[in-house]
Amino acid sequence: MLDKADGQIFTGDVRLVHAVGMHARPAVKLTKLAKKFQAQISVRVAGAPEWINAKSVAKIMAMRAAHGSTIEIKAAGSDAEAAVAALVDLIASDFPDGAP
Amino acid sequence: MQGGAAGLAYRGRTASIGFAHGPFVRVDAGSGGERVAGTLVEEALALRNAIDTASGQIADLAASAGGEAAQILEFQVALLEDEDLIEAIFASIGEGSPADVAWRSTLDAHIADYNSAPDDYLKARSSDLADLRDRVMHILRGDQGPRLKIPSGGVVCADDLPPSRFLEIDWSGGGGLALLRGSPTSHVAMLARARGIPMVVQLGAIPDTGTTALLDGEGATLELDPSAEQVRVFEKRRDNHRKSRASARAILRRPTASWRGERIRLLINIQRVEDLEHADAQYADGIGLMRTEFLLSGRSDLPDEETQFQAYDAVLRWAGQRPVTIRTFDAGGDKPVPGFTLDGEPNPFLGVRGLRLCLARPEIFTIQLGALARAAVHGNLKVMFPMVTSADELEAGRKLFADVVQRLQADGIAAMLPELGIMVEVPAAALAVASFKASFFSIGSNDLAQYVLACDRSNGALAPLMDPLHPAVLELIARTADHGRRAAISVSLCGDMAGDPRCLPALLNCGLRELSVNASALAQIKQTIDRLSSGGGVG
Repeated sequence: MLDKADGQIFTGDVRLVHAVGMHARPAVKLTKLAKKFQAQISVRVAGAPEWINAKSVAKIMAMRAAHGSTIEIKAAGSDAEAAVAALVDLIASDFPDGAP
Repeated sequence: MQGGAAGLAYRGRTASIGFAHGPFVRVDAGSGGERVAGTLVEEALALRNAIDTASGQIADLAASAGGEAAQILEFQVALLEDEDLIEAIFASIGEGSPADVAWRSTLDAHIADYNSAPDDYLKARSSDLADLRDRVMHILRGDQGPRLKIPSGGVVCADDLPPSRFLEIDWSGGGGLALLRGSPTSHVAMLARARGIPMVVQLGAIPDTGTTALLDGEGATLELDPSAEQVRVFEKRRDNHRKSRASARAILRRPTASWRGERIRLLINIQRVEDLEHADAQYADGIGLMRTEFLLSGRSDLPDEETQFQAYDAVLRWAGQRPVTIRTFDAGGDKPVPGFTLDGEPNPFLGVRGLRLCLARPEIFTIQLGALARAAVHGNLKVMFPMVTSADELEAGRKLFADVVQRLQADGIAAMLPELGIMVEVPAAALAVASFKASFFSIGSNDLAQYVLACDRSNGALAPLMDPLHPAVLELIARTADHGRRAAISVSLCGDMAGDPRCLPALLNCGLRELSVNASALAQIKQTIDRLSSGGGVG
């Protein structure tokens, strides 16, 4: 694994306030935003055993994150810090229209 | 009812209201021909090209459809751009699978996963995946020619219909959609409602052949090769629906409903926050019943205070100055919740349910009360307890609530005790209504009728006995309304009766002046009150 080269891993967590949970439209917005970053980004529902690639819409949907659950985010890479901040903001602001 | 020459009639579930009379068009997801696999490289290239072609087709569809349809299709485009998903398929081709087999088996596995989900939303999304699967399969197999041309105004019948096929059909001449399976919460149902195309789902088995069809999205029926008499009756229903809808929409926009000079307050029932998105919800005088059980479903643990607060706060913000009545958890009975309700009760409808259960589980109940106390600061909140039998239960709930408020305030958190009322659904509560120190009463006519008539409302064999207009039920409603009038306490009714035009004259005559119905029934109920007020019948 290459994580030594880029050094630090950034993390964040955020509550999913979207009324229907992580369903189609939020999942599409989240993966679109994640793809704007170079960093490897993973997410999971707090405490879930597996981390999921934030750039895979099929996996994000299958994660079945419910309304009110907490989403953990971690990223490694040159723009990891900005990636975590952007994703936390997208989820916390309930996937506003006009967001990617 | 039907004469010997009558055609066949089938009943399903309503997904979109409206009427269609036209040619019967049976559509099937044709599997196309077999294809011959090439080398590994050729197969990978074939899939790559098919994905690109599919992407382009979907983008064109989205551009021409616009709006909500475009957003729905965006999910399919995102799937085609999902490298994890696509790479797994190419890996499988690399191991020797033909392109179509690799594509199909991967998509099928995802579809099965969605279908195994406990929530209906994810299940409904599996038809988007199936749509994408079939589109790419068609391209891989070379059946790219125009798909079956559907005559304008036809009643399209399919097992299920994916959203992109719906959008490929020309609906400009009307028509309707009859699905053997399908779901009212599917994307295609949303599209049909948005376009005003009648749609009935879950029709079960129906013949493949037929020439003419009548589809009634209101009664959820499909009639094949109807007799002249069937057509006549259908056209009459359609005509009534048209007239009634036009005048109901006009009446809905009037500021208030009144009957014999008295104002009738019309509120709405909501099951979840999204119900407020219904176009007619804005015309309600407030929310007469917000159920909170949705917070308990589709999750492995119980919701914390913050999660609940967000939901209550969202509804209060929507309502502004208008009143919002939130009912505390009504679990138990026919609504079991793992980790909350009791298992193995021999007769759960007469068991530990509603407020009884909440008082037995204060560690869960106080979390909800905490969220409500915080939300109360932000709007016109009223809280009601379900399934109350004696005045002591109301007081026990009030005491618990007051303690929660005090604790929050001691921690410097803004909180207050909202107005407290009860559901009147246990006959004992209706008979002894004066013994309750409640700020308001809301009659839960479904349970009240079930308990007064001793009929399980889910037991179809008892349907003829399960009459909400039975004099005993009306007597209890009238007593409750009468008590409210004398003691100046508001009394509303939030059961199915309130949304049933046939029950309205009786409810108004019982003295009720506040009714709470689903947003979809609001226009019709307001119109019926208007008609009754001007001396007309139920219509």
